[in-house]
Amino acid sequence: MARVAQVRKTAMMGDEAVAYAVKQADVDVVAAYPITPQTIIVERLSEYVADGELNASFIQAESEHSAISICVGASLAGARVFTSTASQGLALMHEILHAASSMRAPMVMAIANRALNSPLNIHCDHSDVMNARDTGWIHLFATDVQEAYDLTLMAFRLGEDRRILLPVSVNLDGFILSHSVEPLEVLPDHEVPEFLPPKDYPYAIDPSRPATYGAMALPDTYMEFRLQLHEALQKVPSVWGEVSRSFEEVSGRRYSMVKSFAVDGSDAVVVALGSTYGTLKHVARRLRDEGLRVGVASLTMYRPFPEDVLARMLGDVKAVVVMDRAYSYGGLGGPLYTDILSTLYRNGVEIPVLNVVYGLGGRDFTVRDAEEVLRMAAEGAERGGFPEKVVWWGVRR
Amino acid sequence: MTVVSLETYAENTWCPGCGDFGILAAAKAAIQELVREGTPLENIVILSGIGCHGKIVDYINVNSFYSLHGRVLPAATGIKMANPELTVIGFAGDGDAYGEGVEHFVFSAKRNTDIVLVVHNNMVYGLTTGQYTPTSPKGYQGKSTPKGSPEEPMNPIALALASGATFVARGYAANKKHLIWLIKEAVKHRGFALVDVLQPCVTFYNTFPYFSKHVYDLQEEGHDTSDFMAAMEKAREWNHRLEGRVPIGIFYKVEKPTFEEELLKGRRPRQMPYIDTVSHVLKQHI
Ligand SMILES: Cc1ncc(C[n+]2csc(CCOP(=O)(O)OP(=O)(O)O)c2C)c(N)n1
Ligand code: SF4
Ligand SMILES: [Mg+2]
Repeated sequence: MARVAQVRKTAMMGDEAVAYAVKQADVDVVAAYPITPQTIIVERLSEYVADGELNASFIQAESEHSAISICVGASLAGARVFTSTASQGLALMHEILHAASSMRAPMVMAIANRALNSPLNIHCDHSDVMNARDTGWIHLFATDVQEAYDLTLMAFRLGEDRRILLPVSVNLDGFILSHSVEPLEVLPDHEVPEFLPPKDYPYAIDPSRPATYGAMALPDTYMEFRLQLHEALQKVPSVWGEVSRSFEEVSGRRYSMVKSFAVDGSDAVVVALGSTYGTLKHVARRLRDEGLRVGVASLTMYRPFPEDVLARMLGDVKAVVVMDRAYSYGGLGGPLYTDILSTLYRNGVEIPVLNVVYGLGGRDFTVRDAEEVLRMAAEGAERGGFPEKVVWWGVRR
Repeated sequence: MTVVSLETYAENTWCPGCGDFGILAAAKAAIQELVREGTPLENIVILSGIGCHGKIVDYINVNSFYSLHGRVLPAATGIKMANPELTVIGFAGDGDAYGEGVEHFVFSAKRNTDIVLVVHNNMVYGLTTGQYTPTSPKGYQGKSTPKGSPEEPMNPIALALASGATFVARGYAANKKHLIWLIKEAVKHRGFALVDVLQPCVTFYNTFPYFSKHVYDLQEEGHDTSDFMAAMEKAREWNHRLEGRVPIGIFYKVEKPTFEEELLKGRRPRQMPYIDTVSHVLKQHI
């Protein structure tokens, strides 16, 4: 039977909530380089270390490329590892992102999502993580501060699982979540090890068992390594089920790979990532009272892509609107849109899909915008189509 | 001939009293003097990294280029190599030049590309609110190091010398006349020129009181700028601890072939008709 631990109610910014979870996860090594809007995460961690609340090596690296390289080394040495970054910092880490996943170095990275140059911009969009989409990392998205905290704890457990052994990113919308104070329930410290035992890495660097990491693989073996990476990711959904059940036991909160509101019995569904889900849900609740049959869904897990869940969820609706806070330039639309199009196509679901590209560089997506999008979705379902394939929301032309 | 105005409409958002104002004033005056002495204004390009210092390109009305954090020098190299007639001046932060992009610093010095690097060395990551940088003294209590930085600082003057820089200098943001002179000397120098500027950050690390008391002028006291070992010795006299005297001025200056001379041998990879025309017209009419 579920036994929910005594929780502590508090309020924190998203960045602080992540740092708190990392402290409770009792990490061994933190390496990072300052960048807005994630800076507060590492500042809090450095304070925890300085105050003796966390026994970890805290390293301010000379660049993000170095920070993540330090993390790979530390992870392979058996340590529990955390880093965080955003935007340009994540872009600079890029080559090591691939190394981390393919060397099977578990670690958790918080990404306070922020737009990429140029032009210079420090506000929220998802271009940074979408750039890292195909690196073999597991990518999780928080829709509020509570989720940022919860997913951080769950990310360690998931990535360090012996069947997985992969790095995990926890995405929280820059400023919108990273800097917003929201109510938060945290687990009591003593409950955390029960959910998240110390890291037990089976291939930790061990002088008595010398090994080579990241050696060259020629054409005769390289593909087998890559297949292993793919197969490890395929195991994630079932392990996620276990992780989320045991998290529910201590927290009372349940996480499926895709969260949704009022999707059952809806004619149209709007799918989004991150904090926009909250805005959409808030408005959808009111519109449903008015009789509009629209639902909202959000992917807690973006990679590996929860194809089956989405195919089932969207299998009976008449139209879908996919919200993208990033764009695949020169491509067909936003990354989430093309993923969902493919999901529908290869599961035999033939319905109209509209892509709404919005909020790039932090452009506000307000309750009024959400209402318009939801009404458009309902209209698409009613008319059996949308006038356009991709809409750039609210841009001047 | 009148002094060109370099004013822009951008609102200045530096903290009141920031050392960056001193660098801005000196840079503008240096550019104005260079123009008066014959450098066509349109041939001047300034670049910045990302940080508080980076806003300087918004405040000077010349061709400018916002690079990425740490990437002033490679972008400057590209500009110079495409059109060696341009005067290329980069403004970078200490985090920018000595941390995130330190490899470019070493290679620009090694190659001796004819570009100027002015480093706003405030010994903090200013824009990200006061963490320690490669030049913060050990023990500096910043936001990421409440108990003090655990690292010894890097010595950029010594690093520039060791990397082969042909012009190595240090200025002080509050010493405007001296800094104007240094920037002009750096621009006139053929080859890679470093002007590391002590730039107090009044918000996170106010070093004005210390530097105003302890800087001294190398040239006033007498120093042989062609003597590498003497330059190294002077470089090592002070390294970012707020202790002892702080030499400013030119540490080292020698002539060597520049990267573009060696690589291009007089070729011009890109003709710039527009720039030629403008200077031509100006020459005819003024
Ligand atoms: C790749 C990358 N990493 C991190 C940042 C975030 N960032 C912006 S400014 C800055 C610090 C700037 O410090 P410094 O170069 O010393 O300039 P100052 O603000 O002190 O003038 C950092 C880390 C960034 N923009 N790009
Ligand atoms: S934070 Fe420091 S460096 Fe930045 S503008 Fe303010 S005083 Fe200047
Ligand atoms: Mg600085």
